[in-house]
Amino acid sequence: MTTTAHDQILAELQEICREVFENPELTISESTTAEDVPHWDSLNHLNVVAAAEQRFGIRFRTSEVEGLKNVGDFVGLVAAKRQH
Amino acid sequence: MIELDWLPRHPGLAAAITAARTLPTAAERLDAAIRLSGFGRDALATTRLDRLAQEALAETPPPAGWQRRRLAVLGSSTLETVIPALRVAALERRLVLEVTAAPYGQVRQAILGPASPLADAKPDFILLAMDEGAVLPPLPLAANQEEADAAVEAELNGLVTLWRAARQRFGATVIQQTILNTRLPLFGSYEAAVPAAPAALVERLNRRMAQSAATEGVLLVDLDGAAAGSGRAHWHDPVRWHQAKQVLSPAAIPLYGDLAARVIAAACGLSRKCLVLDLDNTLWGGVVGDDGIEGIVLGQGSAVGEAYLAVQRYAASLAERGVVLALCSKNDAEIVERVFKSHPEMHLKRDAIAAAAVNWADKATNLRCLAKTLDLGLDSFVFVDDNPAERDIVRRELPMVAVPELPDDVAHYAATLAAAGYFESVAFTAEDSTRSRQYTQNAQRKELLATATDMEGFLKSLDMQLDARPPANGDLARLTQLINKSNQFNLTTRRYTAEEVERAVNDPEVVVRGFRLVDKFGDNGLIAVIIARPHEQERAALVVDTWLMSCRVLGRGVEAACLCVLAHEAARRGAKALIGEYRPTPRNGMVRDHYPRLGFTPAGPSAGKGGGEASYWRLDLQHFTEPECHIRISE
Repeated sequence: MTTTAHDQILAELQEICREVFENPELTISESTTAEDVPHWDSLNHLNVVAAAEQRFGIRFRTSEVEGLKNVGDFVGLVAAKRQH
Repeated sequence: MIELDWLPRHPGLAAAITAARTLPTAAERLDAAIRLSGFGRDALATTRLDRLAQEALAETPPPAGWQRRRLAVLGSSTLETVIPALRVAALERRLVLEVTAAPYGQVRQAILGPASPLADAKPDFILLAMDEGAVLPPLPLAANQEEADAAVEAELNGLVTLWRAARQRFGATVIQQTILNTRLPLFGSYEAAVPAAPAALVERLNRRMAQSAATEGVLLVDLDGAAAGSGRAHWHDPVRWHQAKQVLSPAAIPLYGDLAARVIAAACGLSRKCLVLDLDNTLWGGVVGDDGIEGIVLGQGSAVGEAYLAVQRYAASLAERGVVLALCSKNDAEIVERVFKSHPEMHLKRDAIAAAAVNWADKATNLRCLAKTLDLGLDSFVFVDDNPAERDIVRRELPMVAVPELPDDVAHYAATLAAAGYFESVAFTAEDSTRSRQYTQNAQRKELLATATDMEGFLKSLDMQLDARPPANGDLARLTQLINKSNQFNLTTRRYTAEEVERAVNDPEVVVRGFRLVDKFGDNGLIAVIIARPHEQERAALVVDTWLMSCRVLGRGVEAACLCVLAHEAARRGAKALIGEYRPTPRNGMVRDHYPRLGFTPAGPSAGKGGGEASYWRLDLQHFTEPECHIRISE
């Protein structure tokens, strides 16, 4: 996995978060957690997950969605899934 | 497969929503939300459009002429995620839905419990959206047919109790959703042969639910039917269920919202009424002007020809259902008439088509003409054309006309039209099946009028008879339908649900009359409704709460005849005066002078003023002389 691919996923995820949280200026990094973003509650978490599944063309497993610590984990998971 | 395929794609919907949020006024933001809700959209875009619209609606009213209804959603699982989809799909239908949801799992408490949240919400509609976990506890697999039947009937009886209570206690129209059958098969194809198989039980409950809903006057959202059609696996995601008790997969949520909103819109009279068809490459393959009548591709013997035939069959079936058909095509009218007359494979008959605009004018102009000829609003039109450029022009010129996006292959045209649910209906009355004949007869009447030299002679020659008995039970569906769809000849534009109409009919204080007009060309069906009640202060006066009429019978003196009926009934009840009310809307300008024309005098503070507020009019019955009309009345 190259850095550019990672950056690209992070950029797309940021775009998704901007739409979900309706904040065009929102920036996220690998270390961002749900607590750092206002309104990142369980409902919006599902909205992010659903949008990510659709935009990246992947499906998360039941166990995967619960184990995410931060955005970096999320990006890593998407990257791993896209390789398969 | 579970996309809103008939809606056009927007090249950059997410960015357009972001941009719309920065528009200066709430009215502009609402307008943008309404416009963008007409594009194909995923769950996230739907949620964002809902947010845009809700925030704007907090500051600005909906556009003039729109309806506003309250909906309570009760279910046994997470519902927050589907509510935005319901509201956005309603926006697409000129309807603002105010939605409340009871905490999940509290369906029975909300309807039967002592302190119900619904009492304050005063919903017009209550949607019962249970999932399989909340119904039909498992039976031993070895249970026999009788035991399985008894379990289903017990569940059904519980539902019927809820329906009746919801209706009586809150006066709401009840909508029941079929249970999404997420139970996995245990036996495979043998499933249906095992009476107590879990999936078979749900299947049977859904069937029984549909039957009982019809007899109980409950509306049905056939979620499982829709899901079975496109594959339940697309509608339900077990991952989402285990994570969040969300029955519907996110991808299916926009379509679910559309499915439920179209039933509510249908109950509010907002379904489309008229299907306008292009001809070349829509009803047959090829261009008849170039290829000649023998050269068009249609009918048996060619796969493509059969696909066009299937489009014609579907259109003909819609006409039989009461959808009005019209043609709008750039063509030579004479050649087209010859195709209808002499092409052996034409399934659609010319007399099934109520009006045709076949000429070289642009389609927007022709659609406006058709609306005038048929006395229908453009917002009741669906326009089907294979040509993307024509679709685009019509969408731009006439945004109120629904213009489905069509797939490349004509074989999918009919399915696309069916999937869009434009003509969703909550009743099928005897009149529906004769509607296209009525529209054709009306065209003949217009022809007679065009050739008649004197109006009196024309009216006399029509040999009209007006039937104005108090409505019987069988008339309620049609009465409600007319109340909810008349826009132009409608003095107050008050909308009533079937329950409210029934209550009015059974209230001895209230006068309800449905008028039926027969003439020498045929039966026009139920064409007018009057509802009048005693005035709150002046008990000896009757206030006309509702007076509406189908525009099909305009200019024939029916209003005067209706007034005679109302005046007779008022006198019979000892009333001394009639009080008429006119509430202006953008659509009902034609009845601005209805009351003064009938001899009423100004009675209200705002009487006679230009617009905006209601005006009141009075007719003292002792001064009433029966106007002359050429209609025989039977009361």
